[in-house]
Amino acid sequence: MKFTLSWLKDHLRTKASVEEIATKLSAIGLEVESVEDPAAKLGAFRVARIVEAKRHPNADKLQIVQVEVEKGQPLFEVVCGAPNARAGMISVFAPLGTYIPGSKITLEKKPVRGVVSNGMMCSAAELELATDSEGILDLPADMAEHIGGRYIDAAGLNDPVFEVKLTPNRPDCTGVRGIARDLAAAGVGELKDEKTISGVEGGFDNPVAIKLDFAKDAADACPAFAARLIKGVSNGPSPDWMQARLKAVGLRPINALVDVTNYISQDRGRPLHVYDADKLKGAVRARLGKDGETFQGLDGKDHTVDSTMCVIADDRGPLGLGGVIGGEASGSTEATTNVLIESAYFDPLRTASTGRKTGLVTDARYRFERGVDPQSVLPGLDLATQMILKICGGKPSKATLAGKVPDTKRCIIFDLDRVEKLSGLALPAEEITTILETLGCVLVGEGKVFEVTPPSWRPDIHGAADLVEEVVRIAGIERIPATPLPRTSGIARAVLTDRQKRARKVRRLLAARGLVEAVTWSFLPKAQAEAFGDGATLVELANPISVDLAVMRPNLLPGLLTAVERNRNRGIADVALFELGQAYRGEAPDDQFVAAAGVRAGTAGVSGGGRHWDGKAADVSAFDAKADALAVIAALGGDASKAQITRDAPAWFHPGRSGTLRLGPKTVLAHFGEINPRTLAALDVAAPVVAFQVFLDAAPADKKKSRAKPALGQSDLLPVRRDFAFVLDRGVNAGDVVRAALGADKALISGVTVFDVFEGGALAAEGKKSVAIEVTLQPSAETLTDKDIEAIAQKVVADVKKATGGEIRS
Amino acid sequence: MTGTSTGTSELEALQSELLAEIATAQDLAQLEAVRVKVTGKKGPIAQQMSKLATLPAEERKAFGAANNAVKAVVTQSLEARRADLEEAALEARLAHERADVTLPVRPGPEALGRIHPVSQVFDECVEIFADLGFDVAEGPDIETDEMNFGKLNIPAEHPARQEHDTFYFPPKPDGSRLLLRTHTSPVQIRTMQNRRPPIRIIAPGRVYRCDSDQTHTPMFHQIEGLVIDETTHMGHLKWVLEEFCKAFFEVSDVKMRFRASHFPFTEPSMEVDIGAEAIGKPGQWLEILGCGMVHPNVLINCGLDPEKYQGFAFGMGLDRLTMLKYGVPDLRAFFSADLRWLRHYGFSVLDTPTLGGGLSG
Repeated sequence: MKFTLSWLKDHLRTKASVEEIATKLSAIGLEVESVEDPAAKLGAFRVARIVEAKRHPNADKLQIVQVEVEKGQPLFEVVCGAPNARAGMISVFAPLGTYIPGSKITLEKKPVRGVVSNGMMCSAAELELATDSEGILDLPADMAEHIGGRYIDAAGLNDPVFEVKLTPNRPDCTGVRGIARDLAAAGVGELKDEKTISGVEGGFDNPVAIKLDFAKDAADACPAFAARLIKGVSNGPSPDWMQARLKAVGLRPINALVDVTNYISQDRGRPLHVYDADKLKGAVRARLGKDGETFQGLDGKDHTVDSTMCVIADDRGPLGLGGVIGGEASGSTEATTNVLIESAYFDPLRTASTGRKTGLVTDARYRFERGVDPQSVLPGLDLATQMILKICGGKPSKATLAGKVPDTKRCIIFDLDRVEKLSGLALPAEEITTILETLGCVLVGEGKVFEVTPPSWRPDIHGAADLVEEVVRIAGIERIPATPLPRTSGIARAVLTDRQKRARKVRRLLAARGLVEAVTWSFLPKAQAEAFGDGATLVELANPISVDLAVMRPNLLPGLLTAVERNRNRGIADVALFELGQAYRGEAPDDQFVAAAGVRAGTAGVSGGGRHWDGKAADVSAFDAKADALAVIAALGGDASKAQITRDAPAWFHPGRSGTLRLGPKTVLAHFGEINPRTLAALDVAAPVVAFQVFLDAAPADKKKSRAKPALGQSDLLPVRRDFAFVLDRGVNAGDVVRAALGADKALISGVTVFDVFEGGALAAEGKKSVAIEVTLQPSAETLTDKDIEAIAQKVVADVKKATGGEIRS
Repeated sequence: MTGTSTGTSELEALQSELLAEIATAQDLAQLEAVRVKVTGKKGPIAQQMSKLATLPAEERKAFGAANNAVKAVVTQSLEARRADLEEAALEARLAHERADVTLPVRPGPEALGRIHPVSQVFDECVEIFADLGFDVAEGPDIETDEMNFGKLNIPAEHPARQEHDTFYFPPKPDGSRLLLRTHTSPVQIRTMQNRRPPIRIIAPGRVYRCDSDQTHTPMFHQIEGLVIDETTHMGHLKWVLEEFCKAFFEVSDVKMRFRASHFPFTEPSMEVDIGAEAIGKPGQWLEILGCGMVHPNVLINCGLDPEKYQGFAFGMGLDRLTMLKYGVPDLRAFFSADLRWLRHYGFSVLDTPTLGGGLSG
């Protein structure tokens, strides 16, 4: 919403500065987006007279002029290149130091062909008042009285333009008068009385029939439609003052009839429409559209209507969309002599819906979708009639009103104590009632409780909280004292849930393992979501912003894998990234889950990658990913050693170099391994990558009941270590060997480590491998005898053989 | 006596001889050879000792004592020589052993890993609001129209919806459609539906708008705050926000400007600007959040009586807070997983924000 200072002053008596007005507007909820103050840009330019002009001694095309800038003061000598500069001419002078907006320079004192110019005579283009101009401004002789004064004042250009970003609840402020009313209430001046609009007495009945043609359930689309015919108007350009104002707020003057409607729309927030009555056929009716009907709008484009939209139609079909846009065919032109003025009320919701469907953003829609004052239907019609009669002449008919102006009158019981209870601001009762009355509310009652009737132009005020808002914003939010919120406990208590604590821990853990946290999009290209779906129901957006961000991610890995390649393309080969965030197995709230996923590429292992004098870091392997996954599980409070490892990782992993960590057959804790080269190729990732994804909610919650740690079961007896090497089929899992060895004597065997795996030499030819383990025996009661140890060793060998077929290596 | 004196002088000679031999040992191996030879069962001292039996009884004691004295001196000498030789050997080894300690070492994983700035700032906000007794609530990204709009007093076709460029999912047979939440405010609704007042929560999370340009991304982060009880008013809201800003920007004072505004789910509503002095850019105002008293219709929609309960809500952009506090220029880079950016703007794992130790470490 734009308006100028002088326009505001039509409605508001005020001496406040532009700055004061702008600050107040923003404070009371009418956020000022910009103030274009011509004085800031052109305030330095003065009206001046060229007293003498003579040729420059050193240049044919330049003149040296003597300029009277201040009456009775010494003249300024100025070098001027304009062909039209002449003695006696009134023009515009810029003193040294002035910034010339049109040429983007600041005037400095320097000689021009040997003569110092003490300023500059200016053209319209240099003041950005015209796009190009020949010569300097040549002002009329009567401007002589303004010599020495600011040019913008003399020329009537000093009218600052405000632009306010209106919130959707303020239809009243789509008119300058509404803004003036708010400012007056807030103490910036006084609202001027409305010029009384005497009801216009028409000389004859309106010959154009106006009808509302709605089924009962759609009658609210347009409950009231008033119109009047004016015969014999002479249309043409509107008066200069009107054109100037319209232009100042960014509206293009069309012709007087149209300009009057636009002016009233801007001035009062009351949209109107004018039809060339001679182009209408039959009755004008407001009705719902019929699917497939079309018309050409005033924007020059064809529009197709549907059965939810309110159209204005004559016997031939739609003329326009009610409350949104008029039609080209029935519009008024300079040739119009008989004009039909429409002043109607259109339903805000239907207008908004029509606007959204058609994509039309118009001044009418801007107002109707916020809720135009229904009581302005007839006064608006009369105001338009008066202005048209004054500018274009003609003879008005009586007004026709089809339907009934909706009665929106409502009464709110308002306890003044509510202001302090809700806002914390204690105000005298009189201040509260005065504010509400200045805003147009009618108050009945006494003491603390009033019946408040909001004005018809404020459809947003419904209850006590709304009235509190009005009081508080006008009284000044800055007056509300900041009040400490009482503490809920002496010392702050912990607030995070276990789930939140675990996520926090995992995030720090992964960063501590050298991975860098990324946040990638929640949506993926469809192909990636499909490739990583793994049984998830893909959730696809109906209106994605691009095909690359179209489907909710079922998995965190695609975002990280593509990030690997982007980083590689920037010259970073060793990439270690992780993300902790949500993914989606379906659309229900329970389908959203939290996972921690990570990728490592190149040599970005946990101890760092790259070439080093101490030996080049190895390429990352599935074991890096496994270590990360197990570390996450440990950080979640789980016993990583209890997780079973199966070889059935999803298809995007390398089938032979990946695994799944499980708790029991159903619960999948994590996947890890090398990414399948086919998957990498599909994602255009050119380097091997290992990855893991841990499902945070799958890991059981830590069931620790007491904060006290269990007693330390340490033994004073020395542990005994024995080594075993087994020859196994190559396909046997080392994990099975370890598990069998651990199970050989659960009381005594406290640990088993694999210290060597050998698959080469003669073993390779036989399809065998050797796995060497160290078994630690921890006696607790008494020292083990050689015989005890030998018995356990036998059991280890036997159990491993039973479980894996492995033979002890001789 | 003669025999004895002879024996004694023999011992003296032996002692001198052995000490000389010990002194000539040049390294530990030679010394060991000397030791074996000298103190062995057939060594000179043992041989002398074997004479004991041949001596007359009255001489035995003195001879034995003298012999033992020689043995003690020799042993002591051996040990002293050993210590000297060991010290010399160590000295020689130390003089020889040398590492070029100017060679670089690997920095270790904790120096390489980073926490994303948004995670860090989220943790900072949790610290601050935890002190004021706010829990952290969560809700799903995929929401119903009713939760994202309807219950928040934004009916269909409400003009406020135009400001929410919403991502929708395809309509279901009954015409309803799910959407991606456009703000974290649905978590307010979920909280009020599931808990009775008093309520103090913050709700951080991803939100989505169908919008992308220099300063907008289709996904970003918000943090929502909600307090519901029977007495909390706008004065408390102002105080909480002022305290938050001081704590968050880690300055003793922040200039704040509260402007009246409008949101469908709050009444009265305010927008809040901070004086950019807080981030070292004096003279500017920066809009940081919208807030207000929870609209009576929202309370009613959640089954709370607005005559009894009241409270405030606020919502701010986590990414924006991050950009302001840490001088991050471009929102889009937050989501590009560019390692150069993450290493530069990300945080060390050790920078855990705490109120006691300071939020930014």
